[in-house]
Amino acid sequence: MFPSQFDYHRPSSVAEAIQFLQNDPDAKILAGGHSLIPAMKLRLAVPSALVDLSQVDGLRGIAVNGDIRIGAMTTYAQLRDSDALKAAMPLLSEVANNVGDPQVQSRGTLGGSLAHADPAADFTAVVLALGGSVKAVGTGGEREISADDLFVDLFTTSLNPDEVITEVTIPNPAARTGMAYQKRGHPASGYAVVGVAVSVTVGDDGNVSDARIAVTGCTPKATRATAAEQALVGKPLNEASIDAAAKAAPEGLDINGDHYASAEYRAHLVEVDTRRALEAAAKAL
Amino acid sequence: MVASAPEKLVGKPIKRREDPRLITGAGVFIDDVRLPGLAHMAVLRSPYAHARIVSINADAARAMPGVLGVFTGEDIKHINPLPCAWQAPGVENKVNTPRLLALDEVHQVGDPVAVVVTESPYQAKDALAAIEVDYEELPAVVGARKATTPGAPQLHENAPSNIVFRWSCGQDADQVDAALAASEVQVRERIGNQQLIPTAIEPRGSIGRYDPGTGEYTLWATSQAPHVHRLLTAAFVLGVPEQKIRVIAPDVGGGFGSKIYLYFDMPLVLWLSEQLGGRPVKFFEDRSENFLHTSHGRGHDSDVAIGATKDGKITALRVDTFANLGGYLSTIAPGTPSTLYGRMVAGCYKIPNIHVGITGVYTNTAMVDAYRGAGRTEASYMIERVVDLVANATGVDPAEVRRLNFVQPEDFPFDNGLGGLPYDSGDYEKALNRALEMVGYEDLRREQAERRENGDRKMLGIGLSSFVEACGLGPSQYMGREGWAAGLWESANVRIHLTGKVVVTTGSLPHGQGHETTFSQLVADELGVPFEDIQVKHSDTQGTPFGYGSYGSRSLAVGGTAIYKSVAKVREKAMQLAAHLLEAAPEDIVYENGGAYVKGSPESGKTIQELAGAAHVGYDLPAGMEPTLEATTFYDPPSFTFPFGTHICVVEVDRDTGDTEVKRYVAVDDVGNVVNPLIVDGQLHGGITQGLGQALYEGVVYAEKGEMLTGSLNDYAIVRASMAPMFELENTVTPTSVNPLGARGVGEAGAIASTPAVANAVIDAVSHLGIRNMDMPLTPERVWRSMAANT
Ligand SMILES: Cc1cc2nc3c(=O)[nH]c(=O)nc-3n(C[C@H](O)[C@H](O)[C@H](O)COP(=O)(O)OP(=O)(O)OC[C@H]3O[C@@H](n4cnc5c(N)ncnc54)[C@H](O)[C@@H]3O)c2cc1C
Repeated sequence: MFPSQFDYHRPSSVAEAIQFLQNDPDAKILAGGHSLIPAMKLRLAVPSALVDLSQVDGLRGIAVNGDIRIGAMTTYAQLRDSDALKAAMPLLSEVANNVGDPQVQSRGTLGGSLAHADPAADFTAVVLALGGSVKAVGTGGEREISADDLFVDLFTTSLNPDEVITEVTIPNPAARTGMAYQKRGHPASGYAVVGVAVSVTVGDDGNVSDARIAVTGCTPKATRATAAEQALVGKPLNEASIDAAAKAAPEGLDINGDHYASAEYRAHLVEVDTRRALEAAAKAL
Repeated sequence: MVASAPEKLVGKPIKRREDPRLITGAGVFIDDVRLPGLAHMAVLRSPYAHARIVSINADAARAMPGVLGVFTGEDIKHINPLPCAWQAPGVENKVNTPRLLALDEVHQVGDPVAVVVTESPYQAKDALAAIEVDYEELPAVVGARKATTPGAPQLHENAPSNIVFRWSCGQDADQVDAALAASEVQVRERIGNQQLIPTAIEPRGSIGRYDPGTGEYTLWATSQAPHVHRLLTAAFVLGVPEQKIRVIAPDVGGGFGSKIYLYFDMPLVLWLSEQLGGRPVKFFEDRSENFLHTSHGRGHDSDVAIGATKDGKITALRVDTFANLGGYLSTIAPGTPSTLYGRMVAGCYKIPNIHVGITGVYTNTAMVDAYRGAGRTEASYMIERVVDLVANATGVDPAEVRRLNFVQPEDFPFDNGLGGLPYDSGDYEKALNRALEMVGYEDLRREQAERRENGDRKMLGIGLSSFVEACGLGPSQYMGREGWAAGLWESANVRIHLTGKVVVTTGSLPHGQGHETTFSQLVADELGVPFEDIQVKHSDTQGTPFGYGSYGSRSLAVGGTAIYKSVAKVREKAMQLAAHLLEAAPEDIVYENGGAYVKGSPESGKTIQELAGAAHVGYDLPAGMEPTLEATTFYDPPSFTFPFGTHICVVEVDRDTGDTEVKRYVAVDDVGNVVNPLIVDGQLHGGITQGLGQALYEGVVYAEKGEMLTGSLNDYAIVRASMAPMFELENTVTPTSVNPLGARGVGEAGAIASTPAVANAVIDAVSHLGIRNMDMPLTPERVWRSMAANT
């Protein structure tokens, strides 16, 4: 690999990292490097400097007391292998196990995935469906950004250039919540051709009280399938409501296609995978 | 004293002796070759598929740090273009081969336009960005059929309608048309065979070093054929005397055909080294460059007309194929669709009326040349689709259609009517029956019917592929008639040193196949010496006899036979020496268990090590005998060998999404005698996987203007281990009489058999919906669309 020339910094604190970013607007954070380095190899990314977060204290780890809090530099492998997480919210471990391949899982980080906002990433949709948020720290201080506000467009987030994601929070799900992620990987890249993440809560009256459905792989950014959500809320979670939600899922989504899978086919997959994800979520209730 | 029988190694699943080195990082691949003063070459490539080069301004690049030189086509226009060494036989070929760097015009995206040579590889990439090229874009054409239509953009002046050649074999088209018209059942179809990227795990590279003292050039290259590369570089491109060039192929990480050819960089790094006064110059392509510019494979688009009886007997077949050859002719491009495809379209069947017509075509894509299974994969895909189309049209079971039309054991040697060499021997039905039994064919058909009855969303498909291929390339006289511009024999030298250790040098060479193991097994058994005492040396034109290299499943059948014959000569000489030393008549000497002795008295015999020592020192030799035990053989095979077998693939296709899941893969192969079953299985695993990749995943996609849309491994899917099915392999053994080893060859068999097996399975799964053909790769969307169009 022969990227263009860059400087390399390895801060030991978030504050120091922010300082480097502030001093050099063309500097970029380096987390797992599994999105950034390939782009540098092709010279699609030409950062003037890399600010490597690997030695920054306190950015790794998983806490599962009520809300789940995950350090931004936690790798997919750590999510995949964490017994605590498997007990508290097994879906997150399963999704991690589905990202790329073992090499990617060993390097890639949750924070990196969300910050990169790849339109075909997995955790973007999953965190969105689970109502998660990120903690961003920058020169302006610290703020919490909900996933609903984080993803702006293709590879674009609402983070400021000098902001670092330090932590990801997944709220403690309400009682009787079923969640699932249905992914169809591209045979070459492994990225989602279509991915549908769902989280459905059934209230005391037996009807769906809350539904969050997020789609990835076919839209410019991870996006809520609001028509599908609306088709569920207030209805019992059964074959009929799932079918109605599945049929409604592509509505209002900006679905893109390419030579491998057209927009029309992906829209069809959004329907099929929404159905399959909801069926799995209903079983997991 | 001659000891008791050593353990026989031929036929044993011995682990490959080269693997510990290769898998622990101790191998030396081109990127591991470190030479003092190494300079780096990087290539500026055309972003257009077809354009005129108006001007190139490299002044800024020349001024950059570390830049030793920038060169364009203009600077080297005195150097010849690359040669085309295999034209379609008996017809005119409109030959256009690439220059080392494009002059005036480019014909594909990725065409080399200029090179920079720098101190470091980083500087090389930096400098490329500073070269300005002014192009005048010209209309481009993608798609072989389209390129021949009136008004299509023209690539080369000498090739009207972009046609390189028109070639045919078999009976007259008119005669076959008449037979088709008279057939009870007639089927017409258009059958594609998409363009593929060979995707060797190691891309290509080369290092050139000129020695100003001796005037000699050394080329290290990722090569499947170093002697041929020397010959072509010397005689056709640089005009340097052949003896002044040495070519070394270090460890080579796969090739699948793509490293047979002579590429621009090979002569260029030699010439550049000379310009730099002898500094070695290195080129190593990255994956994107490999995808764009290293030769591709396949790329056929065919019209097929089939005639059959109502009960499934094929009466006539006419195939007209457009074969894309890319923007220029690669080294042996025209030979693949003619000799290796056209003449094998009949497959394992007796077809009384058959005609195959090929149109070789220039289009604005990467060059297309032989790729694993070359031609025979396209042929077996064609004929195995044809057989299934007959089954579909007649309602006769696909297995039965095969049986009905098979060449029978008593028909050999069999002439398939397409002008090629006769098939040597085989028992096609035996392999088919065994495969059907292994897979449990009747039960599967029952289950399929039940699922269809129940409207199951997981549809079951069973795909058969009975294949025969021609390999062990090849008899020189025949190849000469077929337009191949050289011989195709193979060489081996076997010598036993004073210490009794054996060195084998061969013109054959590995790029992953395990030659060192197989060849050592052969020599160990034939000489009766320990496996560890044998060293197989290869891949360097200095120190090996001339050889044609590795491709066409020829290494064991041709190269192995050369070794076998050299060992026999050495043994013969050893026996003569033993007769002399033991004061016996030569006809009373037997050679056995690693030594020679007078019949009945092994205890007073001489071991081969003793004989080698005696032969080497030469104190006491029979009159006229030269010292040392050493022999060389140049083995020219009398014919091709014809491996065969039946593969069966079982798939589930999802009615809702078009997804295919391979549930089982059963294969019965007949590769003749097996030297190492572990290596044979490995070749089959790899080949089957690669062919499965073509059926389900692989395929180059070019945009209308010739930009490649599948330019990286992010877009172009090859099968990874986790995507491969479990293989259930068995073999029948019908030794070939073509060579004394009885070995048919196995390097390509898997890739030849599996593509139609998998494709037939997927199409079978949806055939009840009225679908009888689909284009590969059978992506979920393709299958889904076909289902949607048929319901
Ligand atoms: C072969 C392969 C297959 C893959 N398959 C999949 C897949 O199936 N599904 C999937 O979702 N992904 C896949 N990926 C991408 C992988 O998940 C990446 O690791 C991930 O997208 C980015 O995480 P990272 O830690 O590697 O980030 P990096 O590559 O280091 O950084 C990515 C971007 O995010 C920024 N960034 C990183 N961390 C932070 C932070 N804490 N705060 C602010 N900005 C930050 C960086 O500056 C950079 O711009 C694949 C990657 C490869 C190479």
